[in-house]
Amino acid sequence: VCIHRVRSCSSIRFIKSKYVCVFDKSALKFSHQQRLFRTSAVSCGQIVQFKLSDIGEGITEVTVKEWYIKEGDSVSQFDSICEVQSDKASVTITSRYDGVIRKLHYSIDDIAFVGKPLVDIEIDASKGVASEEDVVETPPMSHDEHTHQEIKGHKTLATPAVRRLAMENNIKLSEVVGTGKDNRILKEDILNYLAKQTGAILPPSPKAEIIPPLPKSETVPAAPKDKARKIPVPVSRPIVFSGKDKTEPVTGFQKAMVKTMSAALKIPHFGYCDEIDLTQLVQLREELKPLAESRGVKLSFMPFFIKAASLGLLQYPILNASLDENCQNVTYKASHNIGVAMDTGQGLIVPNVKNVQVCSVFDIASELNRLQSLGSAGQLGTSDLTGGTFTLSNIGTIGGTYAKPVILPPEVAIGALGKIQVLPRYNGKGEVVKAQIMNVSWSADHRIIDGATMARFSNLWKSYLENPASMLLDLK
Amino acid sequence: MVLQPSLKNCLWLSCILRTTKAGFRNTAGGALIIQSVSNDVYQNLAVEDWIHDHMDLEKRQVLFLWRNSPAVVIGRHQNPWQECNLRLLRQKNIKLARRRSGGGTVYHDLGNINLTFFTTRKKYERMENLKLVVKALKALRPQLNVHVTDRYDILLDRHYKISGTAAKLGRTSAYHHCTLLCNADKFVLSSVLKSPYKGLKSNATPSVPASVKNLFEEDPSLTSEMLLDAIVKEYATQHQIEHHITLINPADETLLPGINNKTKELQAWEWVYGKTPKFSISTCLNMAYKDSVLDVKVNMDVKHGRIEVCNIDLPEQWLPPALYSKLVKGLTGSKFCPNETTTLVTTLLRVCPQDDELHSRWNLLCENMIMLM
Repeated sequence: VCIHRVRSCSSIRFIKSKYVCVFDKSALKFSHQQRLFRTSAVSCGQIVQFKLSDIGEGITEVTVKEWYIKEGDSVSQFDSICEVQSDKASVTITSRYDGVIRKLHYSIDDIAFVGKPLVDIEIDASKGVASEEDVVETPPMSHDEHTHQEIKGHKTLATPAVRRLAMENNIKLSEVVGTGKDNRILKEDILNYLAKQTGAILPPSPKAEIIPPLPKSETVPAAPKDKARKIPVPVSRPIVFSGKDKTEPVTGFQKAMVKTMSAALKIPHFGYCDEIDLTQLVQLREELKPLAESRGVKLSFMPFFIKAASLGLLQYPILNASLDENCQNVTYKASHNIGVAMDTGQGLIVPNVKNVQVCSVFDIASELNRLQSLGSAGQLGTSDLTGGTFTLSNIGTIGGTYAKPVILPPEVAIGALGKIQVLPRYNGKGEVVKAQIMNVSWSADHRIIDGATMARFSNLWKSYLENPASMLLDLK
Repeated sequence: MVLQPSLKNCLWLSCILRTTKAGFRNTAGGALIIQSVSNDVYQNLAVEDWIHDHMDLEKRQVLFLWRNSPAVVIGRHQNPWQECNLRLLRQKNIKLARRRSGGGTVYHDLGNINLTFFTTRKKYERMENLKLVVKALKALRPQLNVHVTDRYDILLDRHYKISGTAAKLGRTSAYHHCTLLCNADKFVLSSVLKSPYKGLKSNATPSVPASVKNLFEEDPSLTSEMLLDAIVKEYATQHQIEHHITLINPADETLLPGINNKTKELQAWEWVYGKTPKFSISTCLNMAYKDSVLDVKVNMDVKHGRIEVCNIDLPEQWLPPALYSKLVKGLTGSKFCPNETTTLVTTLLRVCPQDDELHSRWNLLCENMIMLM
């Protein structure tokens, strides 16, 4: 097909060399071609065959590895068209013309030949007129990137990148003052033009972000009387925004979240919140931290929360249960596999600590360390992520007080822990003291769990944490 | 002689790096030698990109020297699953990078030096560059038996590869970079560059394995610094410039505006894995379940690093059809990545019937599938 094309092209003498010839002696055949185009409503430009230029080092053939454009795409001069490879060298082929891609002569992994057509580009007829005078094939050596553009019969010099920047911002090049050579419009000129319009200083990147209009004054007025008169009035100026919406398919992590949360929605949730005084626990942890570190384990508050939850679940096993699909049977799970919600670069994952009912606080801390380092490296295994029976989410490390957590099926309860704040509270003697307060927000499946059960569980959990010594009595 | 990046130096360098057609007095001569202060493979590759895209190489050519902490670097059109042991890389925390030039896969660590020769497209000439390196080596140690092959490798004693080459050509500029094995960890090198993945079919550029040797093994008195110095000396002589190296920091946004974006692009999954040419996997999982071993044929097509088509040939009713369908639908369109797949399959399990037998079968199958990634 390729060779055939070359022959037919040479007969029309469409392209003598790499130069664009618009109206040459073969005008008859050319106008025949044009007539064809005119009848089709789509276009009336001429098709130019863009040949693969010399790669150097005497190379005659390359393999096409990637196309950056497809048939029907518009290209500007110097846009990347494809990537070819030859003997350890990867070459980016850029377009020589502005126009629309009409045909790709090769598929991926095909061998392409130097000097043979690579793509067919349809050049806009009107532009063709201008290019006859101005677009001269730039030899690889030259750095002349400038293309002339006819606008209202007034020649405006600007590179394709500058023209695109102007177009994105709805600027008429004819209205911009060029400060380059021969009154060429440079990128700085466009930016200055925009800056004058919006009164803002734009970032150097052409993809400008939304710039809100700057408030007039930031000084605080001295007297209240003056306040009324000195309220800054934001000056409304046209906001320049050249960002684009981006649509992506929902896959992987997000798809999984969609499925889980849709299932969770079917569970009738009720919430129960409370406040825990962790003053004693904070002190205890401070004392135990160095001991844990000497054993190579980082001790946070979570191991205490997890162990206390397990002790609570021993008294209220319904919270560690699972309801089957038809709501016919409730399965009371023997193991307390307590999940800990973790935020990774990609999203929410919930690894669980297995059999907390037989673990010490130290065991839990050590297991948490392991899960955390695997989680941040993205190397958690399936066994770490399955089999959970109850979940705690420590959203407080990021922030927040009360939350409304969503139960992760097939579980029936979840707790969200807010941040620990130092707040004033009354003690037993009626004195105001500093207390370390944390809020907890529970959600439970109202089909099998009632408010009273949740409240009693929460109270028990709370009592263990407010008075850690009491945990000693019930530790198994 | 190495100049520290003082303020004056920075301004001078900044001018050079930004020079456009506006005339710039040629105070440095026809060439510039720069060295990266960073050992981060992504940052260093970003510098190459930056110079390729922004510097005017007409007035001066550039020699860029860099070294990386342990990393595997694959060529532009290669398949990482075919080229290296990704599981081992993850375990050992070795980075994986895809460069923009062609060619094969290499292992970098601080015992390997990288040289990049930047020229205009017209002056692109790999053989000359490699001959320069050989000349420098011979000047340093005349007894070294090193020569350049027609595949642009440098061989020691006509047998051991000590340098590999790759190149990138753009519209007006080009670069040729090569490695030089001084004192790299050959044990890690050979273990990470061996792919354990079977049944891969792809048109990605394959690497040509070679026996390698460190120059240090040939002559223990050699160090990376000495080798770098020798090469710089030769380059300076040939380009008639002063023997001095300018240090650059690849994180310096003022000196190299836009560099941090380039670094981010090179680190992105979409570039490292997503640019893998389309490939297919046709393999058999041998799953030991209860008292038997199941042979499960798996066929997958992976495009842009994502699973396009997935077929798992399970014994009938081993998994309920609804569940199998859920698995396949979930995998389709998902990244061919163990982390993503683990999250996906464990989350899907939450909305399945709660049956221990079922769960253990599901976990077994999924773990085996993840091993393919």
